[in-house]
Amino acid sequence: MKIKTEAGERHVLAITVDNEAGVLAKITGLFTARGYNIESLTVADITADHALSRITIVTSGPPPIIDQIIAQLDRLVPVHKVIDLNDAGEAHVEREIALVKVAGTGDKRIEALRMADVFRAKVVDTTLTSFIFEITGTSDKVDRFIALMRECGLVEVGRTGVVAIARGSEAL
Amino acid sequence: MTEMSGADMVVQALVDLGVDTVFGYPGGAVLPIYDALYKHPTIKHILVRHEQAATHAAEGYARSTGKPGVVLVTSGPGATNAVTGITDALLDSIPMVVLTGQVSTALIGTDAFQECDTVGITRHCTKHNYLVMDPDRLGPIMHEAFHIATHGRPGPVVIDIPKNVQVATGQYVIPEKIAHKSYRPQVEPDADAIAAAVAMIAAAERPIFYTGGGVINAGPDASAALRQLVALTGAPVTSTLMGLGAFPSDDEKWLGMLGMHGTYEANMAMNRADLIIAVGARFDDRVTGRLDAFSPDSKKIHIDIDRSSINKIVPVDLAIVGDAGRALDAIIAGWQAAGHNGRDLGEWWRRVDGWRATRCLDFPEKKEPDADIMPQRAVKALFDATRGLDPIITTEVGQHQMWAAQHFGFSAPGRWLTSGGLGTMGYGFPASVGAQIAHPDRLVICIAGEASLQMNIQEMGTVSQYRLPVKIFILNNEWMGMVRQWQELTYESRYSNSYSDSLPDFVKLADAYGWTGLRIDNLGQLEDGIKRMIETPGPVIVDCRVAQLANCFPMIPSGAAHTEMLLQPSDVTGTMDDEAKALV
Repeated sequence: MKIKTEAGERHVLAITVDNEAGVLAKITGLFTARGYNIESLTVADITADHALSRITIVTSGPPPIIDQIIAQLDRLVPVHKVIDLNDAGEAHVEREIALVKVAGTGDKRIEALRMADVFRAKVVDTTLTSFIFEITGTSDKVDRFIALMRECGLVEVGRTGVVAIARGSEAL
Repeated sequence: MTEMSGADMVVQALVDLGVDTVFGYPGGAVLPIYDALYKHPTIKHILVRHEQAATHAAEGYARSTGKPGVVLVTSGPGATNAVTGITDALLDSIPMVVLTGQVSTALIGTDAFQECDTVGITRHCTKHNYLVMDPDRLGPIMHEAFHIATHGRPGPVVIDIPKNVQVATGQYVIPEKIAHKSYRPQVEPDADAIAAAVAMIAAAERPIFYTGGGVINAGPDASAALRQLVALTGAPVTSTLMGLGAFPSDDEKWLGMLGMHGTYEANMAMNRADLIIAVGARFDDRVTGRLDAFSPDSKKIHIDIDRSSINKIVPVDLAIVGDAGRALDAIIAGWQAAGHNGRDLGEWWRRVDGWRATRCLDFPEKKEPDADIMPQRAVKALFDATRGLDPIITTEVGQHQMWAAQHFGFSAPGRWLTSGGLGTMGYGFPASVGAQIAHPDRLVICIAGEASLQMNIQEMGTVSQYRLPVKIFILNNEWMGMVRQWQELTYESRYSNSYSDSLPDFVKLADAYGWTGLRIDNLGQLEDGIKRMIETPGPVIVDCRVAQLANCFPMIPSGAAHTEMLLQPSDVTGTMDDEAKALV
């Protein structure tokens, strides 16, 4: 017997929670306990009094599973609101930051700088044999930049994961 | 506001919240709270013999009263021993508040003596949990915890209290009103959904009510509303294991329990229905059988207080989020306002009666006085002997539990205490302790298997200490019967470790604890033995020897549909394919 898994679609969830100890563990634990995917997760507090945090989770699953994930998150006591940003179709903005370290000299170094310019990546640190680029954009754009840098001496990458927000004047 | 120690705040909050009973076991990290309890004679503390039993006793107390059960245990092993009962309460939606001691805040994270990460361990087996780092927070947290445990879908809440927080002083504050920032369960059903439900029920030709523990949790009024709605619509009723008692078993509309060991008529009616009205039930795998064959031609209405239960397993046509009782009341009001009289369901009932004619709960037995007792007969005899006594029945987990569910009739909620979701062997006996504490004058009987009972048998000491007249009725077949039954179904009767070897002499054990012990060996002794059990004051253990190899039928085997029930032993083939073996 082989174990089958179902293919899913990518969803971006924005969740506001009480900014208190254990909340992140509660949420990530819910995902592992119930077998849901986390592709990326970001969290930071968002209010002046530090009372609330916003968590952005990129997950994937068939529509009934996504619905179930939202319902399960929603019933956690410290969770205030869960929004599926995909419900608004393409009407949300997603950004991710990556810091990309490239080492090398000669042509490869020049090529890296040239492509960074094309991608509007900023140089945030440099030595005679390395650059650190800061790139901001959709995950897709960041992926493509990193793939190109692999050919130009990529040695290290740090990524934030996705933050996202719905377009228009309405707040979550 | 009053300045007092954290331990005094805990006890004061229990008093203010109307708690009369705490089930617990002392230890180093809760000594300050135990000392505070010493000075408070209004709170009765029941000293158990193992912390798991404290949680099950609290469940028994909660399930039989509708009030939250309260547990007090120490840090480390006290807390970890409580985890099984906490998980049991989560899966069966039992309101419970568990207070755990913790090492002092300065020692947290240092692998201190009797330290464990209680909030970490219980994070996913509680409805909510707290680690209290400041005595000023104890008052609000205690009150909020009881609110969360009892509102919306009930469940267990853990409050972990470091020892120095118990000793330090602070301000005890009672929150004026619990309005949690984010926890606001929807209780009132949506009016449009109710109107749609009324129309769907009125239009259905083959409707059936499928009710669960949510009706019991919603209180006696919800059970009354269910009875009224069934009478108005004329539709048949089936229920999950957890829902037994919400609808009277002697009513002609009652089809018996559904699911794996449910009746043929209940499962066939679910399969052939054109409308299922699910009330406070959650389409558990023990109920649905093979999902792609579950009630294929029906529309489904699902009433549940927990939105995450809706569409979790079976997609439904109409969701009603809210309290089961309020939703049933609203449907009744809508039904009456619309002037519906109920359709003629005669054709549907003729089909149901056809399925009933299989008499699926009948079992073969010999009638001679020296014959082996069939376990089903033992349960029926117990039911007959306790009619009119309004007993509270608890069970352990296994074959005896299913026979009790099939053959013992319940006509009111709160009389049937069993571990449904988690299926915890060792639940029944301590649950009967909790029920007996809450109802000192009622007849409380634990129907047990000889294997399950031994998982918390140490509680005989608790019963002796508090002079509780609990009756344990063991269906002793010397096997972990349900395991053996599955080995016969699936593994060609290779009985791997399912024999109950080296059993104690239960009669002598009763004697050792100062109980009365009785043994019933054959059919001729059954009625008299049960009568003696009921008439004997104080705790009684009955070692009722039953036919050893009897199995529990009817049964939907793993991976099968409602229509593919095994009705008798000759239906068993002895093996299964891997897909079926992989199902629990």
